[in-house]
Amino acid sequence: MKHALAPIALAATLCAPPALSDEIWVSNEKDDTLSVIDIETLEVTRTIPTGERPRGITFSKDHSVLYICASDSDAVQVMDPETGEILHDLPSGEDPEQFVLHPNNRHLYIANEDDAITTVVDTETREVIAQIDVGIEPEGMAVSPDGKIAITTSETTNMAHWIDTETRELFANTLVDSRPRHAEFVKGGSELWVSSEIGGTITVFDVETQSEKGKIDFDVKGVHPDRVQPVGFEFSADEETAFVALGPSNHVAAVNPETYEVEDYILVGRRVWHMEFNADRTLLFTTNGVSGDVTVIDVESREPVKTIKVGRFPWGAAFRP
Amino acid sequence: MLRKLLTLAAVSFALPAWAEVELPVTYLKLEVPRPPVLSNLDPIPEDLGEAGAQLGLADNQTTGKFLGHDYSLTVTRVPEDGDWLAAAREALAETQFLILDAPAKAQRELADLPEAQGAMLFNATAPDAALRDAACRANLLHTLPSTAMRADALMQFLVKRRWTDLVMIMGDHPGDKAFAKAMKRAITKFGLNLQAEKTWVFDADMRRNAAREVPLFTQEFDDYDMLLVADELGDFGRYIPFNTWQARPVAGSEGLKPVAWSWVVEQWGAAQMQGRFEDLAGRDMRSEDYGAWAALRSLGEAVTRTQSADPATLRAYILSDEFELAGFKGRKMSFRNWNGQLRQPIPLVTQRAVVAKAPLEGFLHQRTELDTLGIDQGETNCTAFQE
Repeated sequence: MKHALAPIALAATLCAPPALSDEIWVSNEKDDTLSVIDIETLEVTRTIPTGERPRGITFSKDHSVLYICASDSDAVQVMDPETGEILHDLPSGEDPEQFVLHPNNRHLYIANEDDAITTVVDTETREVIAQIDVGIEPEGMAVSPDGKIAITTSETTNMAHWIDTETRELFANTLVDSRPRHAEFVKGGSELWVSSEIGGTITVFDVETQSEKGKIDFDVKGVHPDRVQPVGFEFSADEETAFVALGPSNHVAAVNPETYEVEDYILVGRRVWHMEFNADRTLLFTTNGVSGDVTVIDVESREPVKTIKVGRFPWGAAFRP
Repeated sequence: MLRKLLTLAAVSFALPAWAEVELPVTYLKLEVPRPPVLSNLDPIPEDLGEAGAQLGLADNQTTGKFLGHDYSLTVTRVPEDGDWLAAAREALAETQFLILDAPAKAQRELADLPEAQGAMLFNATAPDAALRDAACRANLLHTLPSTAMRADALMQFLVKRRWTDLVMIMGDHPGDKAFAKAMKRAITKFGLNLQAEKTWVFDADMRRNAAREVPLFTQEFDDYDMLLVADELGDFGRYIPFNTWQARPVAGSEGLKPVAWSWVVEQWGAAQMQGRFEDLAGRDMRSEDYGAWAALRSLGEAVTRTQSADPATLRAYILSDEFELAGFKGRKMSFRNWNGQLRQPIPLVTQRAVVAKAPLEGFLHQRTELDTLGIDQGETNCTAFQE
């Protein structure tokens, strides 16, 4: 989802007034706020109130509005990032946790964690256009680059549900290891990666056949395998490296997407959850839930360069040029 | 590409790729009246345990509908003076999958029935350590943690805090004595020091007298770090905190409690399960509910992964290294293949919060840190799982 944004993001950066530097927006699940990090200074410049329990956050393609899953407010909030003002709420179904914006920049696919439903909302008409029954505790959301397939992963049912975005019906359900958390289409949409938190793996699917093509395992030295729990993951420029947040092992893995081998483990804050890059993908920002901070990783050297204190239980992160 | 996908999908709807599997489960409860207690504050829910099984069923059904797997649950209650074994035979004639909500002795008798020899029985409510040890049965698995596991969890915490000098008050009921025994074993295991113990002897109505009696009752304990209470029925324990002679914290059956589950567990995705349970049962989820839920979910997980409803196949899978259950307690859970106990973290809770989760950091084990809780393979007297 996010790598599809990169060219647009870069373009937007070029047009932006030079005084404004790029930002990383972070949702603080237990503070009901967003922390805004200035990428130049690596400091928090603003803290903005949101609805209850903000988790997934994503910008519209032109970055003119921010969508926020305010889980306990049972709403997706639409914020003006200039003013921090909530413009309106979108109907979202109950307990929206995570979502993905369709390449058409219009349809939000929302995982309703408490309801075992994926809700599709039209952000223009502000109407629910479909609700799709999925497994228990849906969370991970992805849309293929061509927009034809949406994925919901369900934490307790342990599946990736494949949704045809035209008919808005399921056309396949594939098992993964326990507690899937995050999904991404990669390699031009030919592969789907799904992380399993409790299973401790990433399952790689061949999209055309929806069959399992590989599995990525992790082994952090000195950490019991049970505590190595992959959650969010993001790809560096040209998909050279996949960075995988490993939850309570407090490490991020650098994975070679061709060989599926782990090349490095990078120590970050406690219970690392989701991640986001800066514009040219030279810096990676990780949300560390338990320690309440963000680790900044230098992508080239794969070294942590700074820790930034944010609110309580930072969850999601989004880039704004 | 999509057209091809949809064609494939259409084919797979017509001819399901997944085998159709039906798994009927019976929840068999022996209704044992609870002995009287001093306070009327905590009614025991009518559907304790059973509601957890219903949630596990709902979870399984949701997964099952995508795979063509069908789950069903029958609840059978046997009155205390009813014929438990006749009811068991009847249930076993219908299904080989039973969840048992009954005292240890009744579970053992059921497990020994000839009709139960190929069955998969889950103990969801009996904490007795012996049932996982010398009195274990190969067809009986345990999803509720044992008294030994809970006691070890608490003592790990005390070691960590360096609260090493302990005293204990225990009740007179068999459950109290069993938990007291487990705590004493754990005190020895973790090198702590039990300075003194007393048995609760009052029979007066403590709602009026606690403030006067408990200080005197605890006066003769010398100095200590923590007072342990073994009161598994919730009889007198509630009157101990703040009434002790010394200003000391209380743990065990009261105060800081090692439990399988509590409504205060909210991390590790638990908030979602708590919400689902409340919607279903209209109350908070308790340890027995968790035990029954875990039994149903273990079966569901095994059916999902093996595509089978054959008890021997499911048992072999559940006891294998392949099996993993996401139990909302922060790490994957599996069964000990030497005694059928579900390995699981033990939250240490107060009425208001999770204080810690065992195994605590630093307690190591060559297999998994979860095996620092309870009787370990090297010391077990359970032999039924060896063949």
